[in-house]
Amino acid sequence: MALSERRVLSPAADRVFRSTAVLCALSVLLLLLLLVSTLAWKSLPAVRAFGAGFLWSDAWNPVTGAYGALSSIYGTLASTLIALLLAVPLSLTIAFFLVELAPPVVSRPVGVAIELLAAVPSIIYGMWGLFVFAPLMSRHLQPALARLSGDSPLFAGAQMGIGILTAGLILALMILPFMTAVIRDVFSLVPPVVKEAAYGLGATKWEVARQVTLLYGLRGVIGAGVLGLGRAIGETMAVTFVIGNEHRLSTSLFAPGNTIASTLANEFSEASDPLYVSSLVYLGAILLVISVGIQWAAHSWLARVERRSGAWR
Amino acid sequence: MRRRSVASRRIVDLAMRLVAGSAAAAGILALAWILATVVSRGAAAFSPAFFTHLPTPPGVAGGGLANAMLGTLLITSLAALFSIPMGLMAGVYLAEFGRESRFAAAVRMATNILMGVPSIISGVFVYTLLVATTGHFSGYAGAVALALIMLPVIVRTTEDMLLLVPGALREAGLALGTPRWRVTRDIVLRSASKGLLTGVLLAVARVSGETAPLLFTSLNSPYWPERLGQPTANLTVTIFSYAMSPFRDWQAQAWGAAMLITLGVLATSLCARLLMRGK
Repeated sequence: MALSERRVLSPAADRVFRSTAVLCALSVLLLLLLLVSTLAWKSLPAVRAFGAGFLWSDAWNPVTGAYGALSSIYGTLASTLIALLLAVPLSLTIAFFLVELAPPVVSRPVGVAIELLAAVPSIIYGMWGLFVFAPLMSRHLQPALARLSGDSPLFAGAQMGIGILTAGLILALMILPFMTAVIRDVFSLVPPVVKEAAYGLGATKWEVARQVTLLYGLRGVIGAGVLGLGRAIGETMAVTFVIGNEHRLSTSLFAPGNTIASTLANEFSEASDPLYVSSLVYLGAILLVISVGIQWAAHSWLARVERRSGAWR
Repeated sequence: MRRRSVASRRIVDLAMRLVAGSAAAAGILALAWILATVVSRGAAAFSPAFFTHLPTPPGVAGGGLANAMLGTLLITSLAALFSIPMGLMAGVYLAEFGRESRFAAAVRMATNILMGVPSIISGVFVYTLLVATTGHFSGYAGAVALALIMLPVIVRTTEDMLLLVPGALREAGLALGTPRWRVTRDIVLRSASKGLLTGVLLAVARVSGETAPLLFTSLNSPYWPERLGQPTANLTVTIFSYAMSPFRDWQAQAWGAAMLITLGVLATSLCARLLMRGK
């Protein structure tokens, strides 16, 4: 009796369970669609008013109602580029050190520390940048750079300690642990046999690292770089503290600027005029397209690399 | 390849070892410097009042951030409450039912895209959805914005962890006549529970330090979070506004809050790591 009852009951329970699961999966999909359509719908007034010209207009005047994304896009790209120029070689050498040079006594705790540091919230980096790094920047680093570069317009102007260069440096520090952890994982996927073959031919550690490990993991390393790029480009708090927040285009990296994310953080809650709000959402939509595009490309690339190297988890 | 003498190759090797070693030291020192600053300046702000009192206006001594601590706890727990059941079930669908179907592929793609959404965009989205329509900032909106960031992380880890459970376990359960939902709940989810808990902890660690999604959703408040339907105090937005303020005592409290958040995030990630190792 009990058995037949259960037989009747279980398919119904299974159906409920299964449809709950389907419903939850469906809502993930719907949430994304809702997000994209909300941003598109809310930016419509600004798209109508400025069209694609928004992308290359450097106007930003809430009083006259003229808006353009150029200075924010420039600041976003410039600070991200600086961050990558610094973080890519540094994380490569640290990963090389951890995988090839350091004894396990050193590399294990340092590896764990780096993974933990990747979890430190970005606002901590921003705050440290404002209170500790920016004063050092204006007192030592900026005068030195100005002197060394001669009259280069890149390093001209007031040495205030905050600006696009500082933002790029803080971003570099922020993505460093994350990128090091990813690159270290890529390097440790290289089969020992391949490296041992090179050592057997008499190669030095550096030659093995450069000509075997790096080449073998090159696609993975590029994927890691693009992941770091995706993180840096949408980062808000690490940048907002130190970039100066001005809608201005300048050839100097010392000059204050802004990024798309920092503009949103500073102005979104104060914007009252509908066109102002809409322009900010338009800006957000541009950021979404850029960062999702980059990260998605990187993810599918890394997945393909991992599959091909035969070490799929 | 160009021929080079053994001596020059040895010198290059030694030089590169030194460069790599010092680069590693420099990078690690810089990161240690950040943590040391947070700890030294943060510990200076700790006092009994810091943990028990409401904020005071600048210049008035004896203020604390107890309301922001409580608010962050409430908002983060609520975000976990929103995202964990939904993320778990979506992950169960992907691993147990969907597998290779087209719908599952679409959900997987949506999850990956959601993972790449900058956190500030999540704030803008929830603002237009829940703040602009209701006309006021609220702790609920903040929790939704954080849940939106947690959700894809939980879906992904759930799927990954469930796929690690051997198919033979499921078949054994089904062969005993156990209904599918009980196989999933009592066998599959149970044997993957450590990995699932790790994923949840990592997701919580990730959002508890988030500031950008809260800026336009829960905003901030100098009062106790009595109802979450109004602007709700939280640590990260407090750090932002206090650190940007010109007042020394507020800046000192911002460091205290920064240390608290950092300790919380590091402790949570450490727990997640230990769990994984114990497996």
